[in-house]
Amino acid sequence: MHDVIVIGGGPAGVSAAVYLKRFKLDVLILMKDEGTLAKTDHIENYYGFEKPITGSELFRRGIEQAKNMDITVKVEEVLNIDYFDTFTVKTTVGEHQGKTVLLATGASKVNLKVKGFHNFVGKGISYCAICDGFIYRNKRIGVLGTGDFMHEELEVLKNFSKDVTIFTNNEPLTVDVSGFPVVTEPLTGFEGEEVLEKITTADKVYPIDALFVAMGTPSAADFALRMGAFIEKNNIVVDHEYMTNIPGLFAAGDCIGGLLQIAKAVDDGAKASMAIHRYLRAKK
Amino acid sequence: MEVKITSENFKKEVLDSEIPVIIDFWAAWCRPCLMLGPIIAEIGEELEGQVKIGKINVDEEGYLANQFRISSIPTVMLFKDGKPASQVIGLLRKEDLLKRLGI
Ligand SMILES: Cc1cc2nc3c(=O)[nH]c(=O)nc-3n(C[C@H](O)[C@H](O)[C@H](O)COP(=O)(O)OP(=O)(O)OC[C@H]3O[C@@H](n4cnc5c(N)ncnc54)[C@H](O)[C@@H]3O)c2cc1C
Repeated sequence: MHDVIVIGGGPAGVSAAVYLKRFKLDVLILMKDEGTLAKTDHIENYYGFEKPITGSELFRRGIEQAKNMDITVKVEEVLNIDYFDTFTVKTTVGEHQGKTVLLATGASKVNLKVKGFHNFVGKGISYCAICDGFIYRNKRIGVLGTGDFMHEELEVLKNFSKDVTIFTNNEPLTVDVSGFPVVTEPLTGFEGEEVLEKITTADKVYPIDALFVAMGTPSAADFALRMGAFIEKNNIVVDHEYMTNIPGLFAAGDCIGGLLQIAKAVDDGAKASMAIHRYLRAKK
Repeated sequence: MEVKITSENFKKEVLDSEIPVIIDFWAAWCRPCLMLGPIIAEIGEELEGQVKIGKINVDEEGYLANQFRISSIPTVMLFKDGKPASQVIGLLRKEDLLKRLGI
Protein backbone atom coordinates (compact mmCIF):
# COMPACT_ATOMS: atom_id res chain seq x y z
CA MET A 1 0.00 0.00 0.00
CA HIS A 2 1.49 3.32 -1.11
CA ASP A 3 1.00 6.43 0.99
CA VAL A 4 0.33 8.46 -2.13
CA ILE A 5 -0.32 7.56 -5.75
CA VAL A 6 0.35 10.54 -7.97
CA ILE A 7 -1.39 10.35 -11.33
CA GLY A 8 0.57 12.48 -13.79
CA GLY A 9 4.26 13.03 -14.44
CA GLY A 10 4.08 16.71 -15.38
CA PRO A 11 5.06 19.78 -13.33
CA ALA A 12 2.26 19.38 -10.75
CA GLY A 13 2.72 15.64 -10.20
CA VAL A 14 6.50 15.61 -10.04
CA SER A 15 6.70 18.70 -7.85
CA ALA A 16 4.29 17.10 -5.38
CA ALA A 17 6.15 13.76 -5.48
CA VAL A 18 9.50 15.42 -4.74
CA TYR A 19 8.14 17.04 -1.58
CA LEU A 20 6.23 13.92 -0.57
CA LYS A 21 9.42 11.90 -0.85
CA ARG A 22 11.18 14.37 1.41
CA PHE A 23 8.46 13.76 3.98
CA LYS A 24 9.62 10.13 3.76
CA LEU A 25 6.32 9.01 2.31
CA ASP A 26 5.98 6.07 -0.04
CA VAL A 27 5.00 7.71 -3.32
CA LEU A 28 4.32 6.20 -6.72
CA ILE A 29 4.02 8.24 -9.91
CA LEU A 30 1.84 6.80 -12.66
CA MET A 31 1.88 8.57 -15.98
CA LYS A 32 1.00 8.02 -19.56
CA ASP A 33 3.20 10.39 -21.50
CA GLU A 34 4.63 13.91 -21.64
CA GLY A 35 1.20 15.47 -21.26
CA THR A 36 0.73 19.16 -22.06
CA LEU A 37 4.47 19.84 -22.11
CA ALA A 38 4.75 17.85 -25.34
CA LYS A 39 2.81 20.62 -27.05
CA THR A 40 5.37 23.40 -26.61
CA ASP A 41 9.00 23.70 -27.63
CA HIS A 42 9.58 27.18 -26.37
CA ILE A 43 9.23 27.90 -22.66
CA GLU A 44 10.87 31.13 -21.66
CA ASN A 45 8.82 32.32 -18.72
CA TYR A 46 9.70 29.69 -16.16
CA TYR A 47 12.17 30.56 -13.43
CA GLY A 48 15.84 29.67 -13.76
CA PHE A 49 16.36 28.93 -17.45
CA GLU A 50 18.54 31.53 -19.10
CA LYS A 51 17.60 30.24 -22.54
CA PRO A 52 14.16 28.93 -23.66
CA ILE A 53 13.70 25.23 -22.98
CA THR A 54 11.47 22.78 -24.83
CA GLY A 55 8.52 21.18 -23.07
CA SER A 56 9.90 17.70 -23.75
CA GLU A 57 13.24 18.57 -22.21
CA LEU A 58 11.65 20.11 -19.12
CA PHE A 59 9.47 17.03 -18.76
CA ARG A 60 12.48 14.70 -19.13
CA ARG A 61 14.39 16.61 -16.45
CA GLY A 62 11.44 16.44 -14.06
CA ILE A 63 11.18 12.68 -14.41
CA GLU A 64 14.96 12.25 -14.04
CA GLN A 65 14.86 14.40 -10.92
CA ALA A 66 12.15 12.19 -9.43
CA LYS A 67 13.99 8.99 -10.32
CA ASN A 68 17.23 10.33 -8.84
CA MET A 69 15.36 10.76 -5.57
CA ASP A 70 14.32 7.10 -5.71
CA ILE A 71 10.72 7.87 -6.52
CA THR A 72 9.12 5.02 -8.45
CA VAL A 73 7.82 6.23 -11.81
CA LYS A 74 5.72 3.86 -13.87
CA VAL A 75 4.53 4.48 -17.39
CA GLU A 76 0.98 3.18 -17.12
CA GLU A 77 -2.28 4.74 -18.25
CA VAL A 78 -4.78 4.95 -15.42
CA LEU A 79 -8.22 3.70 -16.45
CA ASN A 80 -10.21 3.77 -13.26
CA ILE A 81 -10.00 4.67 -9.58
CA ASP A 82 -12.10 2.90 -7.00
CA TYR A 83 -12.26 3.74 -3.34
CA PHE A 84 -13.52 2.31 -0.14
CA ASP A 85 -11.43 3.77 2.69
CA THR A 86 -8.36 3.33 0.48
CA PHE A 87 -7.90 3.74 -3.26
CA THR A 88 -7.46 1.11 -5.94
CA VAL A 89 -5.98 2.54 -9.10
CA LYS A 90 -6.50 0.38 -12.15
CA THR A 91 -4.12 0.86 -15.07
CA THR A 92 -3.43 -0.69 -18.44
CA VAL A 93 -0.89 -2.90 -16.66
CA GLY A 94 -2.40 -3.77 -13.30
CA GLU A 95 -3.65 -2.38 -10.00
CA HIS A 96 -2.07 -0.23 -7.31
CA GLN A 97 -3.30 0.50 -3.80
CA GLY A 98 -2.91 3.87 -2.13
CA LYS A 99 -3.97 5.59 1.07
CA THR A 100 -4.36 8.80 -0.92
CA VAL A 101 -4.42 9.79 -4.59
CA LEU A 102 -3.26 13.03 -6.18
CA LEU A 103 -4.81 13.82 -9.55
CA ALA A 104 -2.29 15.78 -11.63
CA THR A 105 -3.44 14.78 -15.09
CA GLY A 106 -3.39 18.20 -16.72
CA ALA A 107 -6.28 20.02 -18.36
CA SER A 108 -9.24 17.97 -19.49
CA LYS A 109 -9.51 17.70 -23.22
CA VAL A 110 -12.02 19.58 -25.29
CA ASN A 111 -15.25 18.04 -26.34
CA LEU A 112 -16.30 16.59 -29.63
CA LYS A 113 -17.06 19.24 -32.22
CA VAL A 114 -19.93 17.58 -34.03
CA LYS A 115 -23.30 19.18 -34.77
CA GLY A 116 -25.86 18.54 -32.05
CA PHE A 117 -23.40 17.04 -29.58
CA HIS A 118 -24.02 19.49 -26.76
CA ASN A 119 -27.79 19.31 -27.13
CA PHE A 120 -27.81 15.66 -26.17
CA VAL A 121 -25.37 15.54 -23.29
CA GLY A 122 -27.47 14.08 -20.47
CA LYS A 123 -30.15 13.22 -23.03
CA GLY A 124 -28.58 10.12 -24.45
CA ILE A 125 -24.95 11.19 -24.51
CA SER A 126 -23.22 10.08 -21.34
CA TYR A 127 -19.70 10.19 -19.97
CA CYS A 128 -20.12 7.36 -17.49
CA ALA A 129 -21.10 3.78 -18.29
CA ILE A 130 -21.20 2.65 -14.69
CA CYS A 131 -23.64 5.49 -13.85
CA ASP A 132 -25.97 5.38 -16.83
CA GLY A 133 -25.45 2.04 -18.58
CA PHE A 134 -28.24 0.36 -16.67
CA ILE A 135 -30.77 2.90 -17.92
CA TYR A 136 -30.13 1.61 -21.45
CA ARG A 137 -30.41 -2.09 -20.78
CA ASN A 138 -31.39 -3.95 -23.93
CA LYS A 139 -31.30 -0.72 -25.92
CA ARG A 140 -29.05 0.32 -28.80
CA ILE A 141 -25.85 1.58 -27.27
CA GLY A 142 -22.90 3.30 -28.92
CA VAL A 143 -19.50 3.89 -27.40
CA LEU A 144 -17.18 6.51 -28.80
CA GLY A 145 -13.44 5.96 -28.51
CA THR A 146 -10.48 3.98 -29.78
CA GLY A 147 -8.29 2.77 -26.92
CA ASP A 148 -8.16 1.22 -23.47
CA PHE A 149 -10.52 3.78 -21.96
CA MET A 150 -13.17 2.91 -24.56
CA HIS A 151 -12.54 -0.79 -23.91
CA GLU A 152 -13.04 -0.24 -20.17
CA GLU A 153 -16.44 1.33 -20.83
CA LEU A 154 -17.29 -1.39 -23.33
CA GLU A 155 -16.68 -4.03 -20.66
CA VAL A 156 -19.32 -2.34 -18.50
CA LEU A 157 -21.81 -1.70 -21.30
CA LYS A 158 -21.81 -5.19 -22.77
CA ASN A 159 -23.48 -6.40 -19.56
CA PHE A 160 -26.46 -4.19 -20.25
CA SER A 161 -27.10 -4.75 -23.92
CA LYS A 162 -26.20 -7.08 -26.75
CA ASP A 163 -26.51 -4.21 -29.20
CA VAL A 164 -23.31 -2.21 -28.70
CA THR A 165 -21.60 -0.41 -31.59
CA ILE A 166 -18.19 1.24 -31.44
CA PHE A 167 -17.72 4.61 -33.11
CA THR A 168 -14.13 5.74 -33.68
CA ASN A 169 -14.84 9.01 -35.49
CA ASN A 170 -12.12 8.54 -38.08
CA GLU A 171 -9.40 7.47 -35.61
CA PRO A 172 -7.62 4.12 -35.73
CA LEU A 173 -8.63 1.50 -33.15
CA THR A 174 -5.81 0.49 -30.80
CA VAL A 175 -7.60 -2.29 -28.91
CA ASP A 176 -9.21 -5.56 -29.90
CA VAL A 177 -12.99 -5.34 -30.00
CA SER A 178 -13.78 -8.40 -32.07
CA GLY A 179 -17.43 -9.36 -31.87
CA PHE A 180 -18.66 -5.77 -31.86
CA PRO A 181 -19.64 -3.74 -34.91
CA VAL A 182 -17.27 -0.83 -35.53
CA VAL A 183 -18.10 2.39 -37.37
CA THR A 184 -14.94 4.25 -38.35
CA GLU A 185 -16.43 7.02 -40.51
CA PRO A 186 -16.26 10.57 -39.17
CA LEU A 187 -19.42 11.58 -37.32
CA THR A 188 -21.39 14.46 -38.79
CA GLY A 189 -24.33 14.92 -36.45
CA PHE A 190 -26.49 13.90 -33.49
CA GLU A 191 -30.24 13.99 -33.95
CA GLY A 192 -33.43 13.33 -32.04
CA GLU A 193 -36.69 14.91 -30.94
CA GLU A 194 -36.19 15.23 -27.22
CA VAL A 195 -33.48 12.67 -26.64
CA LEU A 196 -30.78 11.19 -28.84
CA GLU A 197 -32.22 8.98 -31.58
CA LYS A 198 -29.59 8.80 -34.27
CA ILE A 199 -26.00 9.43 -35.19
CA THR A 200 -25.16 10.45 -38.73
CA THR A 201 -22.06 10.14 -40.87
CA ALA A 202 -21.55 11.55 -44.36
CA ASP A 203 -23.71 8.90 -46.00
CA LYS A 204 -25.26 6.79 -43.24
CA VAL A 205 -27.70 7.10 -40.36
CA TYR A 206 -27.26 4.97 -37.24
CA PRO A 207 -30.33 4.68 -34.98
CA ILE A 208 -29.08 4.72 -31.38
CA ASP A 209 -30.50 5.25 -27.88
CA ALA A 210 -27.33 6.20 -26.07
CA LEU A 211 -23.75 7.14 -26.82
CA PHE A 212 -21.06 6.77 -24.19
CA VAL A 213 -18.06 9.01 -24.74
CA ALA A 214 -14.66 7.51 -23.89
CA MET A 215 -12.20 9.18 -26.21
CA GLY A 216 -8.46 9.12 -25.66
CA THR A 217 -7.18 8.87 -22.12
CA PRO A 218 -9.45 9.36 -19.12
CA SER A 219 -8.92 12.78 -17.58
CA ALA A 220 -9.20 13.89 -13.97
CA ALA A 221 -12.78 14.94 -14.75
CA ASP A 222 -13.59 11.44 -15.99
CA PHE A 223 -12.29 9.95 -12.73
CA ALA A 224 -14.08 12.58 -10.64
CA LEU A 225 -17.36 11.92 -12.41
CA ARG A 226 -17.22 8.19 -11.67
CA MET A 227 -16.16 8.72 -8.07
CA GLY A 228 -18.65 11.47 -7.26
CA ALA A 229 -16.19 14.34 -6.86
CA PHE A 230 -17.39 17.84 -7.68
CA ILE A 231 -16.50 19.21 -11.10
CA GLU A 232 -17.07 22.75 -12.29
CA LYS A 233 -16.61 23.64 -15.96
CA ASN A 234 -14.51 20.50 -16.38
CA ASN A 235 -12.19 21.49 -13.51
CA ILE A 236 -11.89 19.45 -10.35
CA VAL A 237 -13.20 21.35 -7.35
CA VAL A 238 -10.79 21.32 -4.39
CA ASP A 239 -10.77 23.06 -1.00
CA HIS A 240 -7.90 25.19 0.33
CA GLU A 241 -6.09 21.94 1.19
CA TYR A 242 -6.28 20.77 -2.44
CA MET A 243 -8.66 18.02 -1.39
CA THR A 244 -11.83 17.12 -3.28
CA ASN A 245 -15.06 16.28 -1.47
CA ILE A 246 -13.78 12.68 -1.32
CA PRO A 247 -11.49 12.26 1.69
CA GLY A 248 -7.97 11.37 0.54
CA LEU A 249 -8.52 12.39 -3.08
CA PHE A 250 -6.44 15.46 -3.93
CA ALA A 251 -5.90 17.37 -7.18
CA ALA A 252 -3.30 19.87 -8.46
CA GLY A 253 -2.14 21.63 -11.61
CA ASP A 254 -4.09 22.38 -14.77
CA CYS A 255 -6.85 19.90 -13.80
CA ILE A 256 -8.11 22.24 -11.07
CA GLY A 257 -8.15 25.25 -13.39
CA GLY A 258 -6.88 28.75 -12.65
CA LEU A 259 -3.69 29.96 -14.34
CA LEU A 260 -2.67 27.26 -16.79
CA GLN A 261 1.08 27.70 -16.42
CA ILE A 262 3.99 25.64 -15.19
CA ALA A 263 4.73 27.98 -12.28
CA LYS A 264 1.21 27.53 -10.93
CA ALA A 265 1.27 23.76 -11.48
CA VAL A 266 4.52 23.51 -9.50
CA ASP A 267 3.06 25.71 -6.76
CA ASP A 268 -0.07 23.54 -6.60
CA GLY A 269 2.06 20.40 -6.39
CA ALA A 270 4.12 21.75 -3.51
CA LYS A 271 1.09 22.91 -1.55
CA ALA A 272 -0.85 19.73 -2.21
CA SER A 273 2.09 17.70 -0.88
CA MET A 274 1.99 19.65 2.40
CA ALA A 275 -1.73 19.04 2.67
CA ILE A 276 -1.39 15.33 1.93
CA HIS A 277 1.35 15.06 4.54
CA ARG A 278 -0.92 16.71 7.13
CA TYR A 279 -3.85 14.51 6.10
CA LEU A 280 -1.87 11.28 6.48
CA ARG A 281 -0.42 12.38 9.80
CA ALA A 282 -3.86 13.20 11.17
CA LYS A 283 -5.21 9.85 10.02
CA LYS A 284 -2.63 7.82 11.92
CA MET B 1 -38.97 14.93 5.09
CA GLU B 2 -37.90 12.34 2.52
CA VAL B 3 -40.45 10.17 0.80
CA LYS B 4 -39.76 7.11 -1.25
CA ILE B 5 -41.69 7.60 -4.48
CA THR B 6 -43.11 4.66 -6.37
CA SER B 7 -45.54 4.50 -9.28
CA GLU B 8 -48.26 3.72 -6.68
CA ASN B 9 -47.80 6.82 -4.54
CA PHE B 10 -46.55 9.17 -7.29
CA LYS B 11 -49.89 10.89 -7.81
CA LYS B 12 -50.59 11.40 -4.12
CA GLU B 13 -47.09 12.45 -3.06
CA VAL B 14 -45.99 14.44 -6.10
CA LEU B 15 -48.85 15.50 -8.36
CA ASP B 16 -51.24 16.31 -5.50
CA SER B 17 -48.62 17.76 -3.16
CA GLU B 18 -49.51 21.10 -1.58
CA ILE B 19 -45.88 22.16 -1.58
CA PRO B 20 -43.16 21.89 -4.29
CA VAL B 21 -41.43 18.53 -4.52
CA ILE B 22 -37.74 17.97 -5.28
CA ILE B 23 -37.30 14.55 -6.82
CA ASP B 24 -33.95 12.82 -6.76
CA PHE B 25 -33.63 10.07 -9.37
CA TRP B 26 -30.85 7.82 -8.15
CA ALA B 27 -29.45 4.28 -7.95
CA ALA B 28 -27.23 2.46 -5.52
CA TRP B 29 -24.51 1.70 -8.05
CA CYS B 30 -24.08 5.35 -9.02
CA ARG B 31 -21.34 7.01 -6.96
CA PRO B 32 -22.27 10.59 -7.85
CA CYS B 33 -25.83 9.75 -6.72
CA LEU B 34 -24.54 8.57 -3.37
CA MET B 35 -22.59 11.82 -2.97
CA LEU B 36 -25.69 13.83 -3.88
CA GLY B 37 -27.87 12.00 -1.33
CA PRO B 38 -26.68 13.92 1.76
CA ILE B 39 -26.89 17.23 -0.13
CA ILE B 40 -30.53 16.54 -1.00
CA ALA B 41 -31.21 15.54 2.61
CA GLU B 42 -29.66 18.81 3.80
CA ILE B 43 -31.88 20.80 1.46
CA GLY B 44 -34.87 18.89 2.83
CA GLU B 45 -33.95 19.85 6.38
CA GLU B 46 -33.26 23.47 5.60
CA LEU B 47 -36.47 23.93 3.66
CA GLU B 48 -38.60 21.78 5.94
CA GLY B 49 -42.25 22.58 5.40
CA GLN B 50 -41.52 24.51 2.20
CA VAL B 51 -40.48 21.62 -0.05
CA LYS B 52 -40.88 17.90 0.03
CA ILE B 53 -38.07 15.57 -0.95
CA GLY B 54 -38.94 12.55 -3.06
CA LYS B 55 -36.50 9.78 -3.86
CA ILE B 56 -36.98 7.64 -6.95
CA ASN B 57 -34.77 4.61 -7.31
CA VAL B 58 -34.51 4.17 -11.10
CA ASP B 59 -33.52 0.56 -10.57
CA GLU B 60 -36.86 -0.25 -8.93
CA GLU B 61 -39.02 2.34 -10.64
CA GLY B 62 -38.17 1.85 -14.29
CA TYR B 63 -41.64 3.00 -15.29
CA LEU B 64 -41.27 6.41 -13.66
CA ALA B 65 -37.71 6.81 -14.92
CA ASN B 66 -38.96 6.08 -18.42
CA GLN B 67 -41.92 8.36 -18.14
CA PHE B 68 -39.66 11.29 -17.30
CA ARG B 69 -37.10 10.21 -19.88
CA ILE B 70 -34.35 9.98 -17.31
CA SER B 71 -31.22 9.22 -19.31
CA SER B 72 -28.46 10.14 -16.92
CA ILE B 73 -28.30 9.99 -13.14
CA PRO B 74 -28.32 11.72 -10.79
CA THR B 75 -31.18 13.79 -12.19
CA VAL B 76 -33.04 16.15 -9.90
CA MET B 77 -36.46 17.51 -10.86
CA LEU B 78 -38.54 20.18 -9.20
CA PHE B 79 -42.32 19.72 -9.34
CA LYS B 80 -44.59 22.68 -8.66
CA ASP B 81 -48.37 22.30 -8.66
CA GLY B 82 -47.97 18.83 -10.07
CA LYS B 83 -45.88 19.95 -13.04
CA PRO B 84 -42.16 19.66 -13.74
CA ALA B 85 -40.71 23.15 -13.24
CA SER B 86 -37.01 22.52 -13.66
CA GLN B 87 -34.49 19.74 -14.04
CA VAL B 88 -30.80 19.39 -13.28
CA ILE B 89 -28.52 16.57 -14.38
CA GLY B 90 -25.35 15.57 -12.55
CA LEU B 91 -23.71 16.10 -9.20
CA LEU B 92 -23.63 19.73 -8.09
CA ARG B 93 -22.81 21.54 -4.90
CA LYS B 94 -25.81 22.58 -2.83
CA GLU B 95 -25.80 26.27 -3.76
CA ASP B 96 -25.39 25.51 -7.47
CA LEU B 97 -28.12 22.90 -7.36
CA LEU B 98 -30.60 25.25 -5.69
CA LYS B 99 -29.76 28.01 -8.13
CA ARG B 100 -30.15 25.76 -11.16
CA LEU B 101 -33.45 24.41 -9.82
CA GLY B 102 -34.64 27.97 -9.33
CA ILE B 103 -35.22 27.67 -5.60
C1 LIG C 1 0.97 25.11 -26.64
C2 LIG C 1 1.22 25.31 -25.18
C3 LIG C 1 2.26 26.15 -24.77
C4 LIG C 1 2.50 26.37 -23.41
N1 LIG C 1 3.52 27.20 -23.05
C5 LIG C 1 3.76 27.44 -21.75
C6 LIG C 1 4.82 28.33 -21.34
O1 LIG C 1 5.54 28.89 -22.17
N2 LIG C 1 5.00 28.54 -20.01
C7 LIG C 1 4.21 27.95 -19.05
O2 LIG C 1 4.44 28.17 -17.88
N3 LIG C 1 3.21 27.08 -19.42
C8 LIG C 1 2.96 26.84 -20.72
N4 LIG C 1 1.93 25.98 -21.07
C9 LIG C 1 1.09 25.37 -20.01
C10 LIG C 1 1.79 24.20 -19.30
O3 LIG C 1 2.20 23.25 -20.27
C11 LIG C 1 0.84 23.58 -18.29
O4 LIG C 1 0.32 24.57 -17.44
C12 LIG C 1 1.52 22.52 -17.43
O5 LIG C 1 2.13 21.52 -18.23
C13 LIG C 1 0.52 21.88 -16.46
O6 LIG C 1 1.13 20.90 -15.70
P1 LIG C 1 0.32 19.66 -15.07
O7 LIG C 1 1.31 18.89 -14.30
O8 LIG C 1 -0.88 20.18 -14.39
O9 LIG C 1 -0.21 18.84 -16.32
P2 LIG C 1 0.55 18.18 -17.56
O10 LIG C 1 1.83 18.88 -17.81
O11 LIG C 1 -0.42 18.13 -18.67
O12 LIG C 1 0.87 16.71 -17.09
C14 LIG C 1 -0.14 15.75 -17.01
C15 LIG C 1 0.45 14.38 -16.77
O13 LIG C 1 -0.62 13.48 -16.47
C16 LIG C 1 -0.52 12.33 -17.28
N5 LIG C 1 -1.86 11.74 -17.44
C17 LIG C 1 -3.00 12.29 -17.88
N6 LIG C 1 -4.02 11.39 -17.86
C18 LIG C 1 -3.48 10.24 -17.39
C19 LIG C 1 -4.02 8.94 -17.16
N7 LIG C 1 -5.31 8.63 -17.37
N8 LIG C 1 -3.17 7.99 -16.69
C20 LIG C 1 -1.86 8.26 -16.45
N9 LIG C 1 -1.30 9.48 -16.66
C21 LIG C 1 -2.11 10.45 -17.12
C22 LIG C 1 0.09 12.83 -18.56
O14 LIG C 1 0.63 11.75 -19.29
C23 LIG C 1 1.16 13.79 -17.99
O15 LIG C 1 2.28 13.07 -17.56
C24 LIG C 1 1.68 25.75 -22.43
C25 LIG C 1 0.66 24.88 -22.84
C26 LIG C 1 0.40 24.67 -24.18
C27 LIG C 1 -0.71 23.77 -24.60
